[in-house]
Amino acid sequence: MFAVCADPKAIEGLTWLSCYLTSGKHLDFYWSFVTVLLLLAVTAPAALAMGFGGAMAARSRILPLSLLGKGYAALVRGVPDIVFFLFFVIALDQGLEYLKSLAVCADHAWPWQGLEFRVCQEAKVPLGASSAFWHQAYGFALAVFTFALVFGAFAANVLYGAMNAVPKAQLETAEAYGMSHGQVFRRVLMPQMWVYALPGLSNLWMILIKATPLLFLLGVKDIVYWARELGGSKTQAYEYPHPDWRLWYFLGLLVFYLCFTKVSEIVLARLSARLSRGQATAAGEAMRRAGA
Amino acid sequence: MTCWETFNAYAFRSIGIGENLLPKSDFTLCQQFTLIGSGLIWNVYFGALALLFGFFLATGIALAKSARSPWLSKPAEWFVFIFRGSPLFIQFFLAYEALQMLPKAGIDVFGISVDTAWTTRAWAGALFVLFLNTSAYAAEIFHGALRSIPKGDLEAAEAYGITGWQKFTRIQWPTMLRLAWPSYTNEAIFLFHATTLVFFSGFPAFRQMGDALYYANYFADKTFNPFVPYPIVAFYFICLTLLLTSGFNAVNRRLNRHLPSNQTSRIRLRPNLIR
Repeated sequence: MFAVCADPKAIEGLTWLSCYLTSGKHLDFYWSFVTVLLLLAVTAPAALAMGFGGAMAARSRILPLSLLGKGYAALVRGVPDIVFFLFFVIALDQGLEYLKSLAVCADHAWPWQGLEFRVCQEAKVPLGASSAFWHQAYGFALAVFTFALVFGAFAANVLYGAMNAVPKAQLETAEAYGMSHGQVFRRVLMPQMWVYALPGLSNLWMILIKATPLLFLLGVKDIVYWARELGGSKTQAYEYPHPDWRLWYFLGLLVFYLCFTKVSEIVLARLSARLSRGQATAAGEAMRRAGA
Repeated sequence: MTCWETFNAYAFRSIGIGENLLPKSDFTLCQQFTLIGSGLIWNVYFGALALLFGFFLATGIALAKSARSPWLSKPAEWFVFIFRGSPLFIQFFLAYEALQMLPKAGIDVFGISVDTAWTTRAWAGALFVLFLNTSAYAAEIFHGALRSIPKGDLEAAEAYGITGWQKFTRIQWPTMLRLAWPSYTNEAIFLFHATTLVFFSGFPAFRQMGDALYYANYFADKTFNPFVPYPIVAFYFICLTLLLTSGFNAVNRRLNRHLPSNQTSRIRLRPNLIR
């Protein structure tokens, strides 16, 4: 990156360290932090949307729909999440390729043959010839979908509870004013449920942050991958030889996560105070008293 | 090979008893059920021991955290923050690398050489991490419960002349347990779920002796069919969860036996899936 770094073997001390930390591989490492943040930024709304759908389904008056919503939340909670992560990534991949093979392949043989999963070349997702970028993007998309599915179930549970926590009298009053079901939902239930959902959702956000290292298991080149890769001992054959430094890399990751959760805690506490304003809860009442 | 023979060969494979060679081809449903079930021994081992040891450390840390002296409360706060604020996955990696830094030949303590090689093995290293981790989570639960003990109970105890250690063992500790138990049940369930991470996080499976998910992953890799082994793991874990819940429910009933039945706190499964 810098002109000084042209010959890493000749430099020492701080210059060496600054050259080492700005080498090409390290820039990839720093980008992988962006991958993690991107995953959080995409997954959180997606999981919230899934959860909202699940909670709406569970509240539905149509029995099969309500059973589906409740079953979805119950199943995901009973089983270790990592099982889902390992399962869905292969299952989704195979499912997509099977569906695509029905459309594009000449022969429609059942793809699970003995010890192989076989579809024709044209049905591969992404195609074998596509660039490395598409392979990475596809892996990332599968990861996002799996995360959203698992965390959606938890969000569904939280939101279902929050919808039930809104005082019944408020909904009945709205109905007495002649509002339709949809209107009651949009105008009275929706604005009020968030304050009840927030403790559960902030808990979920913390869990989501702490779940991001599992990206590594899904085959995405994330921070854990790079920490292992860069930290491993490097012989003289490499540009920057060093002994096994994985401990320090993982220590760095630990500090990153600790800072991240701490900042989230502070932001969520502020958000909770903001949402409590004017609500018919103990926190809202305390605020009204303090103001008066 | 009949299913009974398979069972004899692989039922205790995960602890090194029975057939050494894992199945390589012609995978049967029986093999998958037996081997994955055998791996469950490790999950139960990690979960049960970490929970048992963690219970005592958690009580100590919860007390330290609510102590008045900052010399006690600050370290306890930091311990809880570090273990609750970072992913368990990273903690496993970090512990494994740290344990590997110990000198291979052993450490000399007052002339006696202490062997260190065993600490990097999963049964010791991963158990240690899980023990500290569950202690931190449980300490937070216990700390919350200690803070919500009714003020009147403590004042009544003092009025009767019960103070110090006696007050703790007779009043504070039982009430703390009673209040914390529903959350502690969830903590226990998710601790068992978390044990599946062990063999995916740096700790190698010695001679292919792994846990339930390790074997499920082995089958899924070999057969390219995730639709059989993973649902088997899920089935086993749902059974384990139900068993655990019923055990904890029995304790909960005992803790609440002096209260009218409409005041007892029910155990509800709450999400806390990943640490």
